[in-house]
Amino acid sequence: MFQILKVLKLMIEITLAHYLFLSAVVFTIGIIGIFLNRKNVIVILMSVELILIAVNINLVSFSVYLNDLIGQVFTMFVLTVAAAEAAIGLAILVVFFRNKGSIHVEDINSLKG
Amino acid sequence: MLAHAIIFYFFSFVVIASSVMVISSKNTVHAVFFLILDFVSVACLFIMLGAEFLGMITLIVYVGAVAVLFLFVVMMININFSELKTGFLDYLPFGMLIGVVIFIELVMMISAWKYKAEFIITKKITKPLVSNTESLGMIIYTDYILFFQISGLILLVAMIGAIVLTFRRKDSLRRQDITTQVSRERDESVELRDVPNFKGVKIND
Repeated sequence: MFQILKVLKLMIEITLAHYLFLSAVVFTIGIIGIFLNRKNVIVILMSVELILIAVNINLVSFSVYLNDLIGQVFTMFVLTVAAAEAAIGLAILVVFFRNKGSIHVEDINSLKG
Repeated sequence: MLAHAIIFYFFSFVVIASSVMVISSKNTVHAVFFLILDFVSVACLFIMLGAEFLGMITLIVYVGAVAVLFLFVVMMININFSELKTGFLDYLPFGMLIGVVIFIELVMMISAWKYKAEFIITKKITKPLVSNTESLGMIIYTDYILFFQISGLILLVAMIGAIVLTFRRKDSLRRQDITTQVSRERDESVELRDVPNFKGVKIND
């Protein structure tokens, strides 16, 4: 009985660990998304966005729980880079589709990497 | 306290479920919609944490710009998206392996945080005297002005890069060539001719 109450208290009292756990789950889903969608570049780009938002959750929750605003300032810069990355990535995607007529990941092999 | 917990669990459930739908839905347009739902719930979580400014910025930048950009590209590229999903299961074991390993690492890190050495003193959350936006503005434009300017430069470079990448010059269109217009001289454009009687001159010969 006491144990159940203790677990319940841990669940109700939202701490830093809850937010970190959420960000870990979202980050992992993003990584799995990159591995699963080996044919569609757009979904890979969206998985990268998921990873970045997970990082943002991490930074903001630390910033709030440590009472330090630098984390939120850094989140703004991560946001900027995410926007720039999406713009450039989608532009490259559009140019690639014009040249090859597909967005398969397997077709991106011109550099023989 | 209880309300806070319930709202937190609700929003985090929505975040996780929509992230799973983003990477697994058959239709890419649906995936973009789930991405928007994900961003909105994350913004709500930020506001719940007390970072109102970042919540609103997340709404504006991610939902308003990034997700709509994705939607535009998905709708403009004309291919059969359903056949792109074939082979989804081939990569499942490998992807799950990597995912599980990374997840275990992250959870270990979080649980070890509890037993950290006291290199960071976690303070109690105190209610700040000024609002979140005001306090952010007070340090961004003073202590972090260099980083602020650099992030603006990054956006400029991204904009120029996207335009240069997707710009296509069409030869069929007649464009204004300002250099030739400006460098035009009197000699090559005006001509004096003697016009013979009853014969006239040919124009554009």
